[in-house]
Amino acid sequence: MDRPRDLTGRALQVLAPGPLCTVQDRGRPGAAALGIGAAGAADRASFALGQRLVGNSASAAALEVTLGGLRLQARGDLLIAVTGAPAPLSVRDQAQDEAQDEAPAGARGDAPGARAAPGNAPFYLLDGQELTLGLPGRGLRSYLAVRGGIDVPPVLGSRSADVLAGIGPPRLAAGDVVPVGTDVGEGPAADVAPVPDPPDSVVELRVVPGPRDDWFAADAVETLCAAPYEVTSDSDRVGMRLQGASLARARDGELPSEGMVPGALQVPPSGQPTLFLVDGPVTGGYPVIAVVVRADVDRAAQARPGQQLRFRAVRPAALR
Amino acid sequence: MRILPCGDEALLVEVDTLPEVLGLAAVWRADPPAGVLEVVPAARTVLLRCDPARAPLAAVADAVRRTAPTAAGRDAEGGEDVQIPVDYAGADLAEVARRTGLGEVELVERHTALRWTVAFCGFAPGFGYLVPDGEWPSVPRRSEPRTKVPPGAVALAGEYSGVYPRESPGGWQLIGRTDLAVFDLDRDPPALLRPGVQVRFRVA
Repeated sequence: MDRPRDLTGRALQVLAPGPLCTVQDRGRPGAAALGIGAAGAADRASFALGQRLVGNSASAAALEVTLGGLRLQARGDLLIAVTGAPAPLSVRDQAQDEAQDEAPAGARGDAPGARAAPGNAPFYLLDGQELTLGLPGRGLRSYLAVRGGIDVPPVLGSRSADVLAGIGPPRLAAGDVVPVGTDVGEGPAADVAPVPDPPDSVVELRVVPGPRDDWFAADAVETLCAAPYEVTSDSDRVGMRLQGASLARARDGELPSEGMVPGALQVPPSGQPTLFLVDGPVTGGYPVIAVVVRADVDRAAQARPGQQLRFRAVRPAALR
Repeated sequence: MRILPCGDEALLVEVDTLPEVLGLAAVWRADPPAGVLEVVPAARTVLLRCDPARAPLAAVADAVRRTAPTAAGRDAEGGEDVQIPVDYAGADLAEVARRTGLGEVELVERHTALRWTVAFCGFAPGFGYLVPDGEWPSVPRRSEPRTKVPPGAVALAGEYSGVYPRESPGGWQLIGRTDLAVFDLDRDPPALLRPGVQVRFRVA
């Protein structure tokens, strides 16, 4: 493909943010001892792929788009890639018929005169052009990477929005003008990445039993893995409340608060587990029956409310 | 010492007392075993976040078992005490005073006479769990947490004192409030109450 042009003084104007759009990068690890969580992209693999496709450095930030709906206008020429949940992408020129502004966009986000752009591949959005992300048919979170990175001021070393702690940039709103920076590495290494779409039915997740499996009945881990759990709508970047077979305790009393990690399946007295994601609390006082393998947390972060998660117990040695 | 599995990128080390936690955390912060990225102490545990690409978890566990904790129980940071001015008029002050049998005046006198040290952080950015250098009654959490605790609330639970950095849900017993911002993103460092920092409360 053509060598990217020199790109400076550019920005993304937000016409509509969709249900939730936040700035994310690789997070702010290393401050857990101060009670500050790492945050960062909920699906790290999809985020990282997008950044590679536009040739950004590892520290650059992107937009995390939950359930599509984002509409942007380019200021300056931009190189963009959208990864993760496959949101239908349509591009139109601003100069098209003004009447089309009132035309309702279809569920797929297409406007008359718009043309499709590819997912999982870099494409140009030229000055004045509008990009619309429709509702993805599967998956939950799409990542919009722009060459140069999203250039909002970092907080505590990262541009990630932590929705639990309230640290980092606020969620995007209509009218925002989001600057694009110069945080690039080498040029894009590929024109398109053949990646599988997120599953649209049961999501299989590997779990390591513990650390507090001994707080539960002897067959509790078996119960956890026997039948799938449904993702409820009470789910966000902090965690996913799940519904399924109750996980009975084997002992009473409180657990002193202890360190938590993304992927932890924490079980309050109700017996229904919560799967913590990247904005999960740094410490917690309910026992964790098992922890999802870190690489599989990315896939959990693409499961929509109503989808099912099936857990499979593994031992850490088996993962090497 | 028990070493518990915590997914494929961490280990949870459990011990019997807080001084043991602090002793181990001090050693591992100063000289982390190969593969350890982060050391997160809490009341009776130290979570070690690891990078298995650098060292397998089994090797980290071996290094953990060989660790001799430092004799120093409190990892004091040195420097001046942080002074926290408190308006001792918290919603639970009377109840706590009654439960402990001390009365409000005596409770406040003891709270302000003790020197407190931040043992560890958790729950929220800048929330430090403070332990005293002398006798102090253990106070249970509230049976029902509040959905909203005001920012700056000074609170008790178990053996600890704490200050809520911002408005949040909370289950601790509220004995007062401070105007001091214990967590401020515009300040460097943003967290006032970091592990090892020593604190004195005083009547505002």
